[in-house]
Amino acid sequence: MGHYLKKVFLIAAKDLRIEFRSKEKIYSMMLFSLLVMVIFNFAFEPGAEYIKDVAPGILWVAFIFAASLGLSRSFVLEKEEDCMQGLMLSPLDRSGIYLGKVIGNFIFTMMIELVSLPFFAIFFNLSLTAALPPLMIVIVLATFGFIAVGTLFSALSVGIRGGDMILPLLLFPMQVPVIISAVKSTGMIMAGSGIETYSQWLKLLIAFDIIFFMASFVIFEYLIEE
Amino acid sequence: MIEVSRLWKSYGPVDALRGIDLKIEKGEFLTVFGPNGAGKSTLLKILSTIIRPTSGKVITDGIDISSANEDARRRIGVISHKAFLYGNLSAKENLLFFGRLYDVPDLEKRIEELLAEVGLAHRANDMVRTFSRGMLQRLTIARAIIHNPAIILLDEPYTGLDQHAARMLTNLLKKLHTEDKTIVMTTHDITNGLEISDRIVIQILGKIVFEDRSANQTVESFERVYFEKVGEGK
Repeated sequence: MGHYLKKVFLIAAKDLRIEFRSKEKIYSMMLFSLLVMVIFNFAFEPGAEYIKDVAPGILWVAFIFAASLGLSRSFVLEKEEDCMQGLMLSPLDRSGIYLGKVIGNFIFTMMIELVSLPFFAIFFNLSLTAALPPLMIVIVLATFGFIAVGTLFSALSVGIRGGDMILPLLLFPMQVPVIISAVKSTGMIMAGSGIETYSQWLKLLIAFDIIFFMASFVIFEYLIEE
Repeated sequence: MIEVSRLWKSYGPVDALRGIDLKIEKGEFLTVFGPNGAGKSTLLKILSTIIRPTSGKVITDGIDISSANEDARRRIGVISHKAFLYGNLSAKENLLFFGRLYDVPDLEKRIEELLAEVGLAHRANDMVRTFSRGMLQRLTIARAIIHNPAIILLDEPYTGLDQHAARMLTNLLKKLHTEDKTIVMTTHDITNGLEISDRIVIQILGKIVFEDRSANQTVESFERVYFEKVGEGK
């Protein structure tokens, strides 16, 4: 098991190294996330009473679209020079390739989200200090669910012409439970509600993460075979 | 030894392989010639465990590759016209990555030896995206043999190489052949294919239609046979 995980982290580390070196994904995801916040900042008056109602939606629009942008590039680097075949030839169970990609995508997306979060608080004049611990739990759970399914769909769409367009079309309907749970629980956290008010949404996120991660983990091998 | 028996592969209604039988002895170099669409790449993809056959068996040194993929993959190295290398990693980083995937012992030393062998020691820390096609193909060879595989599969390795790079590849393959490795290569390059292999076969429309020792053929005589067989197949 340790041997398997070592190789899984090797794939994740390789992805992160390539992305940090090229910086293409960092710039595009970060820029997109900030741009969404800036545009909504112009649309809504900062400090207005209704901001607390719309802010959770704005935050998750920025996060989900930026993550989707990153996912669409996740397997592009494996397609160039047919590197995916190189991975498939290695003596690693093919589920390990999926897991490595999920870990790489998750770390990368979380980093973009953590950098975007202070900008969100500044743009909308919100104090997130007290809400930060429960908000982090929601961000981690929702991001993992999005990435677990998104990584599978990214592998599926990379070989298809117009895959960049097809990925969100496939992904977003599947992600409705994640997006609704994330927006609802974020809203309640920002309103200062206790965990008992949004625990049902958290349970839904946990259930989604477990079920869809396990299903994607099993399906991946069959999906990448020609 | 590789034993292929009644190998059949269908993609929907298209039969890419139609009952291939082949026996390749340990240390033998076999070249598979054939026109585009003959199923040569499909054959190599099955031998390398990338895809599963619709029916039939491939046994390598007693291991059925469809039932013991991970063990079989350790014994196989694949060289294609695609490099399977990451452009934004250096030559050394690429080899470190693949070497670790294969648990290669004493990896740093092995990489140094391999880079020297393929003539890229001076470019070890350069990004692969800056390499010429010939350099990329030499690094591909280093990547494919980093785990010292007993079987080497080559899919059209001469594609896109200039004459100098092709000569260098031929010399590297000759050296690998002297190391008792079992080699199967698909190519359109009759001159190089005949020169380095022990045995040649022609595959057309998913079937082996001709087989001979390379020593029995000259480039001219084999070209005559090849065009005759390809003509018959159409």
